[in-house]
Amino acid sequence: MKRSGFSFLARPQFAALIAVLFINWLLFPGFFDITWQDGRLFGSLIDVLNRGAPVAILAIGMTAVIATKGVDLSVGAVMAISGAVAASLVVGGTASWIAVLAALGIGLACGLWNGMLVTVLDMQPIIATLVLMVAGRGLAQLITEGSIVTFSDPLLIFIGTGSFLGFPMPVVIAFVLLVGSTLAVRRTALGLLIEAVGVNRSAARFAGITSGALLLLVYAFAGFCAAVSGLIVAGDIRGADANNSGLWLELDAILAVVIGGTSLLGGRFSIPMSVLGAMIIQAMNTGILISGFSPEFNLVVKSGVIILILVLQSPLAARLFSRGHARPEPATAPRTTP
Amino acid sequence: MSIIRKLALGAGIGALLSTVAFADGLQGKVIGFSQIGSESGWRAAETSVTKQQAEKAGIDLKFADAQQKQENQIKAIRGFIAQGVDAILVAPVVSTGWDEVLGEAKDANIPVVLLDRGIDAPEDLYLTSVASDQVKEGRVAGEWLVATVGDKDCKVVQLEGTVGSSPANNRKKGFEEAIAGHGNITIVRSQTGDFTRSKGKEVMEGFIKAENGGKDICAVYAHNDDMMVGAIQAMKDAGLKPGTDILTVSIDAVPDIFAAMAAGEANATVELTPDMAGPAFVALDGYLNGGKVPEKFIITESKLYTAADDPKGQYEARKGLGY
Repeated sequence: MKRSGFSFLARPQFAALIAVLFINWLLFPGFFDITWQDGRLFGSLIDVLNRGAPVAILAIGMTAVIATKGVDLSVGAVMAISGAVAASLVVGGTASWIAVLAALGIGLACGLWNGMLVTVLDMQPIIATLVLMVAGRGLAQLITEGSIVTFSDPLLIFIGTGSFLGFPMPVVIAFVLLVGSTLAVRRTALGLLIEAVGVNRSAARFAGITSGALLLLVYAFAGFCAAVSGLIVAGDIRGADANNSGLWLELDAILAVVIGGTSLLGGRFSIPMSVLGAMIIQAMNTGILISGFSPEFNLVVKSGVIILILVLQSPLAARLFSRGHARPEPATAPRTTP
Repeated sequence: MSIIRKLALGAGIGALLSTVAFADGLQGKVIGFSQIGSESGWRAAETSVTKQQAEKAGIDLKFADAQQKQENQIKAIRGFIAQGVDAILVAPVVSTGWDEVLGEAKDANIPVVLLDRGIDAPEDLYLTSVASDQVKEGRVAGEWLVATVGDKDCKVVQLEGTVGSSPANNRKKGFEEAIAGHGNITIVRSQTGDFTRSKGKEVMEGFIKAENGGKDICAVYAHNDDMMVGAIQAMKDAGLKPGTDILTVSIDAVPDIFAAMAAGEANATVELTPDMAGPAFVALDGYLNGGKVPEKFIITESKLYTAADDPKGQYEARKGLGY
């Protein structure tokens, strides 16, 4: 299980990110230009990090859930709820730090609800979280009464658009969550326990792991991450848009996790690789925006690149690759079981 | 809904309706209204304006929310027919599958008025349809830009609506028609912002990077106000002055664009009026009291609003409508 800190540089995902960034540079030569403006970094590369942060944060939570052989379809709706709660509270005159805590608390509660359905009622995760995916957006619309709740609260706006050491706040938040969660799962036994539950829940229980509590924990964490993303997206546009906030982002988050190489069948997982996956997706989105292609091509280009990346990291490609080099290559060994 | 909101709503409607023709012959009539649902702020505003219009004209309005489902609308229309209402308003959720139920309404001799969307059905099945002309909305926006920039060279970036949707296609077409023949105005970049604020902001960030930090952009045209609100924030974040450095023109006339206009950060918006019921009631008034058959397609006005049209007052008048 021991991996060197830089082994990820040899993975196909890293090559994919470099390739996408290189193509962006070909399409738009100023892609790597970064300037200093109004006390913050400014450039397309920063846009990729900034715009990719909400999905990256979702992917951090989603990785833990998927590692337990689950999935959380409700994160997009939880984003909408979190933004709606925070926005309505500050518009109603509540102190902004209470509004932020309330939004995060609601996210945790949503995650616990999912976790309860999965553990106590033993529902399949895809169905259990589908409930909140559908109902959650309705809840958010009820809170905002169907309109966009605009606010001018400095703390919420800072979360969405502020900067720290020149980096946009969403990037800083995503980075802190990435480091924190990676340390939590890799410097303690937590990661191993999660993988054990994901590989075989019954076996893990017989081995003495309280899988129920662990599942509750990962779903609550996914809900918390979704709430953080929801605050960022709301702060970014200075309003809670219950109809569109986080819409379909659960799919982007799952995609990011899959691109990162974590199997949907549970088990071995890597949070940094999922974040890398989110950055690949966003680098593609940003590239399409500045390329000047007509918008009808967006989805075709995106799906083409994603298929390519998934084929590159499939067992088949790994076999071809290792045959070409006439030696087994552990770093590109199949990470997904068929 | 709180009392304060209701009061604000009443005041808002009063201001909006002051210039609209008024149907006073419908006192005591029962009219059924099958609304699609409340998928957008504009839809919510249309519902509140319709209710207020009915109250003003003394109409007993039976309201049915279809929650985006045609079968609910068909059920509601059958319910209205069974209750023997005097007329039916329908905002159809899809364009096909209406022949049978509208035939039933026709057999019961109840006039049907379509609101804001057309349908594929024989024209004799409904009295009239009240809708905006989306191509004209784009054209009005384009004409404003042509008149504003004069002979100067102007590079325009466009924030399109959802790819393939009819408002996106039509508003694009209308704008292109208006700037055709004015070689000094060119659309240099065009991308979809999916009609949302956050996508509008993200796309505009990309445009600014791609066009020399935004210095080459003379104007932004957005297919709706929400995307423009996002784009305005992107311009401000990049250190540009929207409304001064870069002209803005968008469509819908929602409250927040008037707030931006009042702050000098937006230049123009073209109204998609939420008052489809007003012209519908006038048409029904003429038809029920004297048998005057209205035109088959009533087109609402696509009014242009700029900083000269009291944006602050417009904001106050609209913010309670549910946008």
